[in-house]
Amino acid sequence: MAELKLSGARKSFGTIDVLHGIDLAVKDGEFIVFVGPSGCGKSTLLRVIAGLENVTSGEIHIDGERVTHLPASERGLAMVFQSYALYPHMSVAKNMAFALENMGLKPAEIEARVARAAAMLRLTDYLDRKPKALSGGQRQRVAIGRAIVRDPKIFLFDEPLSNLDAELRVATRKELAALHAKLGGTMIYVTHDQVEAMTLADRIVVLKAGRIEQVGTPLELYNRPANAFVAGFIGSPRMNFLPAVVISDDGALRVTVGEREVALPRAASGLVAGTGVTLGIRPEHIDVAPDTGMLTVTVDLVEQLGGETYIYASAPGLPQITLRQDGQSQVYRGDAVTIRFTAEHLHIFDATTGAALVRP
Amino acid sequence: MATMRLSSLLGQRRNGQGRPLHWTDVAAYIYLAVGVVLMFGPVLWLVMSSFKTQSALLEFPPSALPFAQVEVTVPGQSQKLPLFRVALPDGTVRELAQLRRIGLIAQMIDPADPSQQFRVALDKREPVRRIALATENYSEPLQRFAFLRFLSNSVFVTVVATLITLLINSMAAYGLAVYQFPGKQAATLAVIGTLMIPMTIILVPVYLVVTELGLTNSLWAVILPGAATPTGVFLLRQYMLTLPKDLIEAARMDKASEWQIYWRIVMPLTLPALAVLAIFSIMWRWNEFLWPLAVLTKTEVYTLQIALNAFQGELQTQWHYLLAMTVVTLIPVALVFVFLQRFITTGIGSTGMK
Repeated sequence: MAELKLSGARKSFGTIDVLHGIDLAVKDGEFIVFVGPSGCGKSTLLRVIAGLENVTSGEIHIDGERVTHLPASERGLAMVFQSYALYPHMSVAKNMAFALENMGLKPAEIEARVARAAAMLRLTDYLDRKPKALSGGQRQRVAIGRAIVRDPKIFLFDEPLSNLDAELRVATRKELAALHAKLGGTMIYVTHDQVEAMTLADRIVVLKAGRIEQVGTPLELYNRPANAFVAGFIGSPRMNFLPAVVISDDGALRVTVGEREVALPRAASGLVAGTGVTLGIRPEHIDVAPDTGMLTVTVDLVEQLGGETYIYASAPGLPQITLRQDGQSQVYRGDAVTIRFTAEHLHIFDATTGAALVRP
Repeated sequence: MATMRLSSLLGQRRNGQGRPLHWTDVAAYIYLAVGVVLMFGPVLWLVMSSFKTQSALLEFPPSALPFAQVEVTVPGQSQKLPLFRVALPDGTVRELAQLRRIGLIAQMIDPADPSQQFRVALDKREPVRRIALATENYSEPLQRFAFLRFLSNSVFVTVVATLITLLINSMAAYGLAVYQFPGKQAATLAVIGTLMIPMTIILVPVYLVVTELGLTNSLWAVILPGAATPTGVFLLRQYMLTLPKDLIEAARMDKASEWQIYWRIVMPLTLPALAVLAIFSIMWRWNEFLWPLAVLTKTEVYTLQIALNAFQGELQTQWHYLLAMTVVTLIPVALVFVFLQRFITTGIGSTGMK
């Protein structure tokens, strides 16, 4: 159970900079998720924290103690690898006991801890098996068990669910959340799956190209993204981005969207006429409104999921627009519908930097 | 079980089991048969010849099986007499023992009735031969020439040298496979480069070093100089490179020291490669000849190969002993193959991953 503090952590491999100065404070008992597209440096950041990679510059503190140059084995952290990295020649019990033996615990204590972890993870019947005789989900639990028995300062997870099938992934995700609630330890979890991030995290760290884009609770990121990248990354289906040009901003913002001029009943100070902006609107914040519509679009595709419906539509000069409707929709492919944005949920981003200019 | 597998193996056809023979099947069987004859022919000849008496070995034309002339005890004669089948002038064929030979005439005696004696021309008689195993080829050198001593010397050299080789080669390979350090490539190349230096080139300098260390006529003089083999380092390094890096990192996270990672994670997983190297090392050490010949000059430290050489004199070679003891030297290596060969085909590698 510990706090983690990164200050100005940089990492380069040769001439390639992977992390460009990461500042981050993780509170005791927090479940933090690093999320971002592949190659954003999230795994490297985790390995830097673990001590498997050294920072090029910057500092790492755990519980106020500087561990920047401490090797992995002395940092007191435990890691669950994407490949599980179970020792193939050891039984499940041996796999879990290995770290405890290295810590020099007494055999009785080791046995008790392994038994406790095995019971928690429903592995008691498999303790004598070798990893190759286990299913994917069981291996996953052994890997987690190997971390739990250690009672580490911080748990590190490197995309632990990515090798499981969809159903098992959802089940294990819930188990992990329950485990965190039970153990209460500090956990850092890396994933590229924003659903995992949203469901598990106390706070999410969104990374892009070695930089932190935004840190916040899942709903903060969802509701008030700091920029277009975070807005696009968090949420499924993606937020719609529509290029627009500001016409005037006097109480009601007027913009050109595609070929249409649209008045948005919402003020945004400091937007000069002629500025290029990007409108961001989530699929659930677009309504089909035959009378008060702002834009007329043609329906390309309708996905009926029963409980909800996704409508993919296009308009001349605009990227495809996704709408989410509750229930079952009576809109069909080829229909022309008029849509309306819920103005209070509209995001406005700078067209060039992507920074949020107006947040709901 | 083994016979079942053998029969199904022999039933293999190009188009599936039980089909008529394709010409490629025939070609394959011929090819394999030629291979078996080439590989096992000499060994079989060696084993059969090792049971022949000295005289049977020098016989021409040679016989495949170890025949020996039958000797019988005849009442009234102090020594055993060789038995011959003789065609007598009256047309009968009888088995007679030969008392003595005078010129072209042999004096024969009937073993059943020693009072009857015959004078027979040499070309009228033919030795009576039975298959007889000359086991004294084995027992005599083992008793008279302290062959057990040589055997134990060879076993000691082979076992200790192989253990040392496995240990230090795997440590070097671990370093070259797992760690990143400046000059790693150069170190690897240097190790592999020594493959190109034959033993004969460095024989004298190494001999001088060994003498300087006072190791001559000690078995350690045979063991130590060849303990680190570039082949072994390279073989193990290549195998260790295939081990998932995650395993080593997981062990680091599990607070394992570098020695524990090497000893408890990497070594067990490298077992197939270690078995291969062990087989190589055992063969090299067991059959090593030139270097032990150079550093071992006292009989009590001879290894088997050097001792075998002692049967080969300047004027005559004791073929019967040489052949028998060669068979003895072959047995341990054959056994090693029988027991270690399954490791070669067993892969443990990636079973815990994904």
